Amino acid sequence: MALLHIAEPGLSTEPHKHRLAVGIDLGTTNSLVATVRNGIAVCLVDEEGRAMLPSIVRYHADSRIEVGRSAAVAHATDPRNTIISVKRFMGRGLKDVAYIESMPYDFVDAGGMLRLRTVQGVKSPVEVSAEILKVLAARAQASLGGELTGAVITVPAYFDDAQRQATKDAAKLAGINVLRLLNEPTAAAVAYGLDNAAEGVYAVYDLGGGTFDLSILKLSRGIFEVLATNGDAALGGDDFDHRLFCWALDQSEIDPPSSEDARRLLLKAREAKELLTACEEASIKATLGSGEKVDLVVTRDQFASMTKHLVQKTVAPMRKVLRDAGLAPEDIKGVVMVGGATRMPHVQRAVAEFFGQEPLTNLDPDKVVALGAAIQANVLAGNRKEEDDWLLLDVIPLSLGLEMMGGLTEKIVPRNSTLPIARAQEFTTYKDGQTAMAFHVVQGERELVADCRSLARFELRGIPPMAAGAARIRVTFQVDADGLLSVSAREMSSGVEASVLVKPSYGLTDDEIAGMLRDGVERASEDIDARALREQQVEADRVIEATLVALEQDGDLLSDEERAAIDAAIAETRQTAAGHDPRAIKRSTEALSRATNEFAARRMDKSIRAALAGHKVDEIQV
Amino acid sequence: MSIDLQQDFFGLFGLHRRFRIDEAALELAYHDLQGRVHPDRFAHLPDSEKRLSMQWATQVNEGFRTLRKPLPRAIYLLELMGVDAGLHTNTAMSPAFLMEQMEWREAVEEARAAGEAEELAQLHTRLRQHSREVFDELAQQCDDEHDYAGAAETVRRLMFMEKLQHEIDDALEALES
Repeated sequence: MALLHIAEPGLSTEPHKHRLAVGIDLGTTNSLVATVRNGIAVCLVDEEGRAMLPSIVRYHADSRIEVGRSAAVAHATDPRNTIISVKRFMGRGLKDVAYIESMPYDFVDAGGMLRLRTVQGVKSPVEVSAEILKVLAARAQASLGGELTGAVITVPAYFDDAQRQATKDAAKLAGINVLRLLNEPTAAAVAYGLDNAAEGVYAVYDLGGGTFDLSILKLSRGIFEVLATNGDAALGGDDFDHRLFCWALDQSEIDPPSSEDARRLLLKAREAKELLTACEEASIKATLGSGEKVDLVVTRDQFASMTKHLVQKTVAPMRKVLRDAGLAPEDIKGVVMVGGATRMPHVQRAVAEFFGQEPLTNLDPDKVVALGAAIQANVLAGNRKEEDDWLLLDVIPLSLGLEMMGGLTEKIVPRNSTLPIARAQEFTTYKDGQTAMAFHVVQGERELVADCRSLARFELRGIPPMAAGAARIRVTFQVDADGLLSVSAREMSSGVEASVLVKPSYGLTDDEIAGMLRDGVERASEDIDARALREQQVEADRVIEATLVALEQDGDLLSDEERAAIDAAIAETRQTAAGHDPRAIKRSTEALSRATNEFAARRMDKSIRAALAGHKVDEIQV
Repeated sequence: MSIDLQQDFFGLFGLHRRFRIDEAALELAYHDLQGRVHPDRFAHLPDSEKRLSMQWATQVNEGFRTLRKPLPRAIYLLELMGVDAGLHTNTAMSPAFLMEQMEWREAVEEARAAGEAEELAQLHTRLRQHSREVFDELAQQCDDEHDYAGAAETVRRLMFMEKLQHEIDDALEALES
């Protein structure tokens, strides 16, 4: 019956209107961009037909910025201004980064996230990453022939809040609308699962250039449900290179190498590692700055034994993730291998041994993440079709908590909670007449705050003076579908809302981002006003279109007056959007959005009632 | 009149207000609801709809988390029945139960001190077996006898047992690393 036909939200109602969306794998070593074209996910290539963009950024003295292969050429001659593996620095302080002493950069430690002093001034890892993203976005726009609606950007599942926020900020600087931050193993599972119509419990073992993730997913009836995730946000192929590099230094008794020589040898070590995947032995040959020659041969077995401890480091997370999921290795139907580093034979052997089965390697481990992200981006941009009835349910990798007296952590949101999630807890004052309270938000599993990751500090001010213990301060943690946290606090008896000023421990403040955005726009000699106008117009169009679709589907939920009010708001927005005043467009768009609040709530209710009606039928049938 | 976000979770998933539930039906309803309210379905829509979606998806997740596992489900059910399980205030336990707890704890402590992973794993299995029996008892109290005061005490016993289970797991983890 027509009355019972309810169009689901997110379904594209205008098939001719295809929105351009991409998935971006912002990797430690290489980055990729992919899209869905004619229903098939494909990686987009550069002019020379290459999909992988080396994640290398070089700052030139003449204010040029080079990204990718051409920047790599200078890795040994200009190491200070040629940044590789910047992902390892995202949301990180100086003391967090392993073997920082052997890196050729001029680090700036101003507390919080580290910075790099380059020939073009001090750069945050967020800005460096934004350069990589800009190149990928430009490649996508050129290839697809139009403006992007948005992108899904992948992050390691084990990234904490600061690292996720840094990634999102980088996209903002690059002028990319982020549809979602998607966990890399989950993206791989989507590409694999949809491709193979897989059902059952799968493990995704993702060893990238600088990060390790292990996720357990249950695939059933199109639902990709992450049961648990674990990993190491500072373990990857880079560490294998570094180990081989140290071995080479030892063997040739170079101590210490210049930063140019170090880069040269490190790259040779990486090449040898890659060769060992196919060959039994590889040579490391280099001529150093002094004219001295390095000429070494390393066998596959030697390499396996010198990096055994690194492979072993992935075993503990495997055990933990299974325990968290309440499963045993034999419950796993298949193990999907992701990331270039899983090509190493001794890594594959260790995984096969642990799970008691050969891992699945039928998808290109370098591309599968970008392809999965593209599939998700296509759906999120509003190109969902009837058959795209699948859904991702992901989790938060690390517990979130607050610092309590004595430096102990009180967990508020436990790890592996399905997103989005909200949790509240009440606290009280400990002094008579106390009017302010300070909070310290941390992330991690350890009991001591000092062993967890500091995310932010904030203060609740304006608590009415009361006796100690009389105030009831409710702190709410909300984690959204990107895995990003927002915290609010409120005194319950007075209703005082916190004037919450969050100071991120390892992130950029809104002002810093605004400043970088301004600089970037000036650099590109773009007109800042023109950009603001265009952004507002796009937003206005989006809201008008979404409203029209909603009216077409569910206009009968409105009274005549309500309908007239919304129609008037649409007309107003259309009129301002045709003009040149970004602030007027913003005002009318917001007014339209407000005018449809109640309508949106009713539509949601209708959809949920339909779900409830569906359950009742099931019960009768049983 | 919008659907109350605070509505009872059993109703939200189309289930009767009972301790024994059809877990498959719960999961099916959960997936169906998330398919309608999840933020991924609203990513291209205006902010007001995104907000609404996040609130609903959060609530649906909370409901599923509460009902999926028997212990939080029992606590929630008792709360709906107006019975305070007294988890934080009422720590009175029968001497027999306390004695049993002490024996368990001693066994765990010994195995931990001796580094006996095998023994700990066995204790883990035995404790799980035992709690299954206690959960059967709880189901009877809740659904058949409607003895909610009795159920509240059983819940408190199960809380003790769960805590012990965590201690065994932590000890195992410490031995592994």
